[in-house]
Amino acid sequence: MRLATTMTVAFCVVLVAGATHLVAQAPAEGARGGRGGAITTGYPTRPPTDPAVIERGRLLYSTNCAFCHGADARGGEGGTNLLRSEIVLNDKSGELIGDILRNGLSAMPKFDLNTGQVSDLAAFIHSFRVAGYDVSRLRPETIVVGDPKAGEAYFKAKCASCHDVSGDLKGFAARIDDARVMQQTWLMPGARGTRPSRPPAATVVISLPPGQQLEGKLVRIDDFIVTLVTADAAEYTIRRDGQTPKVELRDPLRQHKDLLRIYSDKDIHNVTAYLESLK
Amino acid sequence: MKTRRILVSAVGICLFSCWIRAQSLDPTQLLKPLADSWPTYAGDYSGKRYSALTQINQSNVKNLTLAWLARLNGGPASTVNVQTVVGGEGEGEFGGVTIKGSILEVNGILYVSSPDNAWAVDARDGHVLWHYFWKTRGGTHIGNRGLAMWRDRLFMETPDNYLVSLDAKTGKELWHVEISDFDLQYFSTMAPIVVGDHLLVGTGNDLDEPGFLQSFDPESGKRQWVWYAVPMKPGDPGLETWKDLDAARHGGGQVWVPGVYDPETHLYITGTGNPSPAYTSANRGEGDNLYTCSIVAINVDTGKMAWYYQTSPHDTHDWDSAQTPILVDAEFNGRMRKLVLHASRNGYYFTLDRHTGERLVSTRYSETANWAKEMNKQGQPVRDPAKDFHVGGSLVSPTNTGVTNWPPPSFSPDTGLFYVPRYDAYAMYYLTETDSRGAMGLGGKEEVPVASLGSHLVAIDYKTGKTVWSHQYPSSSTVVMSGILTTAGKLLFAGDNAGNLIAFDPANGKTLWHSRIGQVSNATETYMLDGHQYILAAAGDTLFAFTLY
Repeated sequence: MRLATTMTVAFCVVLVAGATHLVAQAPAEGARGGRGGAITTGYPTRPPTDPAVIERGRLLYSTNCAFCHGADARGGEGGTNLLRSEIVLNDKSGELIGDILRNGLSAMPKFDLNTGQVSDLAAFIHSFRVAGYDVSRLRPETIVVGDPKAGEAYFKAKCASCHDVSGDLKGFAARIDDARVMQQTWLMPGARGTRPSRPPAATVVISLPPGQQLEGKLVRIDDFIVTLVTADAAEYTIRRDGQTPKVELRDPLRQHKDLLRIYSDKDIHNVTAYLESLK
Repeated sequence: MKTRRILVSAVGICLFSCWIRAQSLDPTQLLKPLADSWPTYAGDYSGKRYSALTQINQSNVKNLTLAWLARLNGGPASTVNVQTVVGGEGEGEFGGVTIKGSILEVNGILYVSSPDNAWAVDARDGHVLWHYFWKTRGGTHIGNRGLAMWRDRLFMETPDNYLVSLDAKTGKELWHVEISDFDLQYFSTMAPIVVGDHLLVGTGNDLDEPGFLQSFDPESGKRQWVWYAVPMKPGDPGLETWKDLDAARHGGGQVWVPGVYDPETHLYITGTGNPSPAYTSANRGEGDNLYTCSIVAINVDTGKMAWYYQTSPHDTHDWDSAQTPILVDAEFNGRMRKLVLHASRNGYYFTLDRHTGERLVSTRYSETANWAKEMNKQGQPVRDPAKDFHVGGSLVSPTNTGVTNWPPPSFSPDTGLFYVPRYDAYAMYYLTETDSRGAMGLGGKEEVPVASLGSHLVAIDYKTGKTVWSHQYPSSSTVVMSGILTTAGKLLFAGDNAGNLIAFDPANGKTLWHSRIGQVSNATETYMLDGHQYILAAAGDTLFAFTLY
């Protein structure tokens, strides 16, 4: 499908702006990302600790605890994830962790550590960042996982009626460094997942009496108002009263949107691998 | 003449008695259907958000006009005409005001909230009577869903997990108690619900900590009982649906949106939140993860669960089932039934039996939700694990926002229809954590929006689960984040996604009136005062009251 050059309103600008808005309003109870820092909207971080103390704690941890609880305290052979443990989260400097070490807990044996060692051990465990939006540690190297040959076949069958890799899409993948941004962009032009978006936009055609038509780029629309900019850069805002005047929207992304119901994830991955292979 | 004098004195007595009980609410009042006031989260216990008021109706709604607006100031400074009462256990000052909750109307006074802030406002003209401000320790300040009232006092939850009791007359604090553990990164947003001498309170969490509902004594602030949404000790029911006890105890299921109450059975019926970790679920085991993403019925006297129905077994997208259910007594298959109606964030609609939780109807009301392969014999959608996420991205509908979210739905007995906003959008869900232990909380994936195919107001037939009509907002790209009111005036009020408050015909979705007041940020309400019906909505930090003259 051709990417219309008369691009208009910002489906994607709206979407991206909307997404930000949603993060603030909608999610489950979601703090979601980007919230830390300010005391009024986040959780206090623990005060910085002398790296030498943390290192002493790490040594104690690696010999006494890591076997069960994992080197990163996130759980291992039989031991639970300590970072989300109520005892650890409530502990300030070993006072609660020390109780467990001295007395054991269910399958966990007692450990004979002195107060200083317990405090060092606690400092190490507390040195990990703990937040509802857990930062990924083992990120995949690439999102390109598909089969380029299968992607080429799919492209020829489904995309080639509008697009040409040596025409409108020549150098497409090469222009976008990040494969994920490239994938998002071919899936839905403008939905890059990064800013700035360059969204294609809808054309609006308004039938005005007697027999006149006004055509232009859509600026905004709701049930009662439509605003458009015509080719000569004039902006019109027109009142809507039910079906009067008749307003027709032509969304250049219509076919891309319709395809969302049809793609399998594998199709998407294959097309991405194909486009990447043309770099 | 004599009759007339008696009438006059009767009016006088009424005015006097109204005056002396002006800032008090008998909890038995809450048992009555929604009438002139709005004394609890959904107006009444049924959650219908259906008002019997008819002064504003289809024939005259076109004349609806602004009575007043009031912009509310937050924070510690007394910038309104009254002295701000300041409380709190922290030093943080959160002054931002967005009204995303219900507003109480009792005896001519509105009680309004936003995180860390509460106001009393004259319902006749928007004049602020008092303002209370809570200095915070922190926590997620995402919203506050409203206040509760019991006799002469109000209750507010704070993002740093206190339940604060205020004198309704002055806004002065009576007491505050801690309701969940700040160190475990809980945060509290729910509107408390008064049932007799129980004050029901829920909280939220994004860090793998257990969800729970609590009941407090509204007089003393002492805890009466706690009900956990997940198994907390060996032998607890539902434990078999988790990998182990540690997984269950960190399994989430937060109770963060107010539920509804059935006085006949003493059951408080509410939705529970998503299981945790929300996305990378391997460490939760393969099971259903009870009682997350469920409609649960809790006996308010004992805190024990009477029944549950899980709407998303083993959810993997943070699509909680916290959305307010609605209780209706209505005909079903030729006989009157006591029902629970619920449209879930995951894109599925349910009609349940109120006494047993038996599923009577379940359907996909989203046109795009693609995460389930089929429905099982219990009418539950069965998740397709391939749609959890993928390193290369998985194209999933809905987005994290869900097909619907906290904005409350409505039910009109006149039409027999259930109304809810519906958002059909897609996102790519990328797995970003390849550690087989997964991530904590909401981590482990990144969600990148792709497109919205439409933002709608829909009317669902509770007998079939089918959508009878839908109104697509012309600007389809953004979600609607405001709830719904229906009235016996044959009107439905809803905010759209372009800043309009709209009156619809609930029979067919035809628009009858609108006013562009800005993005409506709560659910519209109505009340009757001095012989005038008011329509009340909030957009951000501003209240708008409409009436007829």
